[in-house]
Amino acid sequence: MSAAVNEHLGARPIDPHKLGHFGHEGRDITGRGGGGPADKRIIVGFGFWIFLLSDIVLFSAIFATYAVLADATAGGPGGADLFDLGNVGLETVCLLLSSFACGVAMIAASRRHARLTQLGLLVTGGLGLLFLVLEIHEFAGMITQGAGPERSAFLSGFFALVGCHGLHVLCGLLWLGTMMAQIRAFGFTPPIQRRLMCFSLFWHALDIIWVGLFTIVYLMGSIQ
Amino acid sequence: MFGKLTWSAIPLSEPIPLAAGGVVMVVVATVLAWITIKGHWPYLWREWITSVDHKRIGVMYCLLALVMLLRGFSDAIMMRSHLAFAGGDGQGYLPPDHYNQIFSAHGAIMIFFTAMPFMVGLMNFVVPLQLGVRDVAFPTLNSVSFWLTASGALLINASLVIGEFARTGWLAYPPLSELRFSPGVGVDYYLWSLQISGVGTLLSGVNLVTTILKMRAPGMTYTRMPVFCWTALASNLLIVATFPVLTATFALLTLDRYLGFHFFTNDLGGNPMMYINLIWIWGHPEVYILILPAFGVFSEVVSTFSGKPLFGYRSMILATMVICVLSCVVWLHHFFTMGAGANVNGFFGIMTMVIAVPTGVKVFNWLFTLYGGRVRYEVPVLWSISFMVTFVIGGLTGVLLSVPPVDWVLHNSLFLVAHFHNVAIGGVLFGAFTGYTYWFPKAFGFKLHEGFGKAAFWCWTIGFYLAFMPLYALGLMGMTRRVQHWDDLTWRPWLLCALGGAVVILIGIGFQVLQLVASIRQRRTNLDLSGDPWDGRSLEWATASPPPVFNFAVIPDVVGEEAYWGIKQRAIETQQLPAEASYQAIEMPRNTATGFVSAFFSTLIGFAMIWHIWWMACLGLLGAYAVLVAFAWRREVEFVIPATEVARIDRERRRIREQFLLTLGKPS
Amino acid sequence: MSEHPHGDYAGDAAPGDDHGGILSSLGGYLIGLMLALGLTATSFWVAWTHSLWGPGVPIGLCVLAIAQMGVHLVFFLHITTGPDNTNNVLALAYGLLIVFLVMAGSLWIMSNLNHEMGPMNQMMDMTRQS
Repeated sequence: MSAAVNEHLGARPIDPHKLGHFGHEGRDITGRGGGGPADKRIIVGFGFWIFLLSDIVLFSAIFATYAVLADATAGGPGGADLFDLGNVGLETVCLLLSSFACGVAMIAASRRHARLTQLGLLVTGGLGLLFLVLEIHEFAGMITQGAGPERSAFLSGFFALVGCHGLHVLCGLLWLGTMMAQIRAFGFTPPIQRRLMCFSLFWHALDIIWVGLFTIVYLMGSIQ
Repeated sequence: MFGKLTWSAIPLSEPIPLAAGGVVMVVVATVLAWITIKGHWPYLWREWITSVDHKRIGVMYCLLALVMLLRGFSDAIMMRSHLAFAGGDGQGYLPPDHYNQIFSAHGAIMIFFTAMPFMVGLMNFVVPLQLGVRDVAFPTLNSVSFWLTASGALLINASLVIGEFARTGWLAYPPLSELRFSPGVGVDYYLWSLQISGVGTLLSGVNLVTTILKMRAPGMTYTRMPVFCWTALASNLLIVATFPVLTATFALLTLDRYLGFHFFTNDLGGNPMMYINLIWIWGHPEVYILILPAFGVFSEVVSTFSGKPLFGYRSMILATMVICVLSCVVWLHHFFTMGAGANVNGFFGIMTMVIAVPTGVKVFNWLFTLYGGRVRYEVPVLWSISFMVTFVIGGLTGVLLSVPPVDWVLHNSLFLVAHFHNVAIGGVLFGAFTGYTYWFPKAFGFKLHEGFGKAAFWCWTIGFYLAFMPLYALGLMGMTRRVQHWDDLTWRPWLLCALGGAVVILIGIGFQVLQLVASIRQRRTNLDLSGDPWDGRSLEWATASPPPVFNFAVIPDVVGEEAYWGIKQRAIETQQLPAEASYQAIEMPRNTATGFVSAFFSTLIGFAMIWHIWWMACLGLLGAYAVLVAFAWRREVEFVIPATEVARIDRERRRIREQFLLTLGKPS
Repeated sequence: MSEHPHGDYAGDAAPGDDHGGILSSLGGYLIGLMLALGLTATSFWVAWTHSLWGPGVPIGLCVLAIAQMGVHLVFFLHITTGPDNTNNVLALAYGLLIVFLVMAGSLWIMSNLNHEMGPMNQMMDMTRQS
């Protein structure tokens, strides 16, 4: 660890090359970035944030494709024919409550309260699983009606976009399960705290994407 | 049991891929046998394959790039030698089917497995050293990124001997790349190998952005970062912004091919034009991802070898960030002729012209840096000067092409081919060679052979002009790209000249191989003892060559824009090194097989998906998940280097530096 | 790299990190939940009802969606505009710029391309022949 940063936390900084520069005063002006390497939690959080933004760009490309192909129903069923808004509403509430539960779990984790954290994570996962079950049920229904992804470009777009989100939820649930096992095994060590922080970022971001999804795909798709 | 894979996948009836594949396998087998006989596996496994050290990973990236350069170039010289004799009654020697695979492989390999790894490798090696820190933000992720790229390279090379490659060109436009018109495994090889290496690249982008923004030595504010780090930042921001679009687009095409979706098919509402739109949203920023680090290399080299600080540092970083943003709003110029209409074409044409402005600013800054400096004409500077001339010509032809009516005539002609090779070779490849020569001593502790370096430089430069200037003329005469046979006999002299140029480049590559061999054999006479062989100005030259695993015994405090130059000048003036700092124990991340093993499973998944071996794909997925869990369950993630060891290593460096104190800073 | 107890380092904040203020307590999450539920219900109502002027509905839905995304960002992800969050906000802005370019750019280009193509029945005939 940088000698200078160690010193920052209390005493006068040492100046290994005796350049005569280096009081605390000049260094921490936020935004000029002269403060030395950041704390590991910040590095991990920021790195994951950047990754998450790249994931959002991935979604935007599929969103754009969906939007471009939304009218290409090739004589087949469109959104208004297929979408069950009640089901969508239920899915939305599931995901929203799941996000809330995740927030509660994070508060508990910051206070190192193992049982409340695990409970919060369990509820998060359970609601996420319910969301997936509802979604798979919806997909199965559409496929048996002959409205599967190979029917038209619109349906390909629908299945790819909503399916990609569902796949992310699935990966999130796998991750969640792994995290719960890790908390059980190791407790609240710093790496685990960092991973929980990343998980919560991921889970909230998925909900944000769902907001875009249900608005553009389902709500706008059903008004035709 | 093995999906579509049968013995007929091996091209026994096609002599050329069989011979090429055979040669490759013999070479690979020989190398592996030599390593085994000499007992180097433990060393290789411990020090390189499982390494999470950014310096080692950077070297491996560059090595991969150099090897793939040979593969991509062999495709090139095959095309040139075939084309020169494929006019009128001549038939050349490559059947159309085969020729199509060659130009597709040439493009894909050169971009994804030569240029990208080279640039990423240079950035990996240099950026943490220049920032004055010990490693990148996520060392294990760095290893994963490299090995995923290598996995993609392995898959694309496997297509030579097992199956076939895509015949669609390097971007695999639908509907040709759809299942209906490309039912073989070629496009699948393309998709999976690029998808896997694309994930590696994206992760590397996240890594470097985080490193540059959150990990710099104390005192290194944004405006004190070396220009190479700024260009690395811009390049990696573009990677993070655009590689997901590539991933999405390939995923959609994969869904079309595997599950019968209709994104880009001709029927049931599909729209192939959307693929072209999406792929170029990635594709244009991609070329800037490649060129920006090259610009950074030239900035470093030009300033070091002129003995002056870079002219116009602030305008340089402003130009870099402007290019970063503008490169995201010009993509349509790759498909002016697809018919979006005058308004759209006009907008994108103008934006493309605008992007030439910050590039021009950079060129002027380099020129003004050279002007008034005491320029040392060593190999890196020769490459830089050739770059400046060649890249400017290429850029100018780009501005010509950015005018939609002109592009209407020249789109997909050899003029276009000449333009992009002009900027790719003159810019990216020359930049790679410059960086290779410049930082080689830092990585290995000895310099490259200078004579062979100069010979290689001249061959590449002369060869390039001989090979590609005729293509401009041919394009204007109406020859299009990707033709396997031509009939206008007035084209022949130009094509013969182009072949001659390719041969000269081949000689240049020969010199580069000789250079490496000779340098290694004569390394004791070319030693870089001081760690600062070029009288450098940035922090990497403050370390020994090669640097210890922890880079800096004590993280430096940074004052001023050229962090190392100030330290060096003060030392020369006072004729003594800065006082010894108090050494502390250093924690470094442990090596891990995570990267290698996850790439192994990725290769398995890719191969299985290509050949429709579903059980193998599932196995691969399970394996990949298991690797992730094993990584998460690690208890010992770091090892400690005791303060006494740090002190010993650093005192040795200081002892040698003291001996050089009198000679540092004087022109050689 | 060694550890620091988080919150002691006077520098940037990690995204998603609690700042110890009202936003990060349970109350913050509850407010966010209520707002999000309200916005969701409103969106569904807007889509269902016929009492709004037709062409205004998509825009209304977009506004509600953006508002809800903002609620998530502020109340769940704790993205604020403080100086310790600058990097995070800048990164978000960059990501949003790219998203905008990809979506708006694609829609503009593709609608122009489709417009310039021949009438759809001509295309259907061509595909049927192949």
